[in-house]
Amino acid sequence: MVYRVLYAFLSVGALGGLLGLALAYAAKIFAVKKDKRIEEVEGVLPGINCGACGYPGCSGYAEGIVTEDAEITLCSPGGADVAGRIGEIMGQEVDLSIEKMVAQVHCRGTKETSTMKYKYEGIQDCNAMHTSFGGDKTCPHGCLGLGSCIKVCPVDAIVKTEYGYLDIDKEKCIACGKCLDVCPTGVIKMIPYSAEQIVACNSIDKGGAVRKYCSVGCIGCKMCEKKSPEGGFKVENFLASIDYNAEGSRAEAVEVCPAKCIIDLDVAD
Amino acid sequence: MTYIGIIITFVFINNFILTQFLGLCPFIGVSKNVESAVGMGFAVTFVMSIAALATWAIQNFILIPLNIEFLQTITFILMIAALVQFVEMFIQKSSPSLYKALGIYLPLITTNCAVLGIALIAVRSEYNAIESFVAGLAAGLGFLLAILLMSTIREKLDAEWVPRPLRGTPIAFITGGLMALAFMAFDKALLNNLIG
Repeated sequence: MVYRVLYAFLSVGALGGLLGLALAYAAKIFAVKKDKRIEEVEGVLPGINCGACGYPGCSGYAEGIVTEDAEITLCSPGGADVAGRIGEIMGQEVDLSIEKMVAQVHCRGTKETSTMKYKYEGIQDCNAMHTSFGGDKTCPHGCLGLGSCIKVCPVDAIVKTEYGYLDIDKEKCIACGKCLDVCPTGVIKMIPYSAEQIVACNSIDKGGAVRKYCSVGCIGCKMCEKKSPEGGFKVENFLASIDYNAEGSRAEAVEVCPAKCIIDLDVAD
Repeated sequence: MTYIGIIITFVFINNFILTQFLGLCPFIGVSKNVESAVGMGFAVTFVMSIAALATWAIQNFILIPLNIEFLQTITFILMIAALVQFVEMFIQKSSPSLYKALGIYLPLITTNCAVLGIALIAVRSEYNAIESFVAGLAAGLGFLLAILLMSTIREKLDAEWVPRPLRGTPIAFITGGLMALAFMAFDKALLNNLIG
């Protein structure tokens, strides 16, 4: 009995030792020279492997930068800070003036404000619901509210508010764009971090149609264009949009918007 | 059983992926394009055939003489891990692009149950050294066949219209299921017809 224990110990130990030695020898023969900067760049990157840069994870991007001369500003979670530090390692000048972008849901329609086509009781997933007549909301462009974006968000920046619509925390958002990809209606759009107002509507239907199915939808009345001419508002396809490069005040437009769909982000609720 | 019998058994009748459902992780994970699928297939084939031979040696020269067969799993895994490590080094040196394409699935061959599966099946079937090697080779070729078929289908699927919720992995699962159904056609009767 004691011998069996000893045999077991010795045989596994010897086998492991021999294989280890063989591998150590093989490692010397098959050694691959790696650029040291790859590890340095990888150390600077955030390491959350979100894939926003288009490479498979942070190590893939680090390799891309060093070996394939990839752009060093592609890491949106890291932003200007990380880009600057990569620039130091790679000895490149970086334009640090690019503003951080964040995602935001451009819809504040809830079950109270919008009319419904039918009662949905299927899989709790936006894409699944979207295959059934484009979702239960009469509006085909709005937020379906089942939160597929919440599931894909790597940093839990998206929350369902008590009012039933989705809101994205701009402090947490890393602009990886995963929610934009998963959303079937395209209601999530990128806005600059400093943006204070959004047009919380995505409907390009005519004003009369929007008014019938949603009480907080943009009807394309152009009041915002008139009241805040400096605010960068533009109405196209019966939907207002904001050019965030315009510096003027947008307070007037928020005030007069008849559907109240131009909202201040910090007081959104 | 003859060698031809072993080969037909492990490539078609008991195909590791489509009949025994072993080693499904790389089957779904690395079957997006033909090139990396074939690379993966050959890597697994190499590991499986060498592992079957090496574990036969361990079983017959170490475990049975010392009466410590209970160490089968741990010693086999040790052997497989070392082999995989070796394959990884070799591929990294000889083909960095393939190394990149295989990614995490390459070290994961270590825990691929198909590899441990062939080692245990060969031991249980009491094959001799050459039969074990042939069984490992055939099982690896079966894996290669399955992943090659899957990757060509998936490359064609990329160009086809697929309902949005089914795109990517879900349609691959359905495809795999249909392929497994097709492989049910290969059974023992086929073997008997072919080689009597």
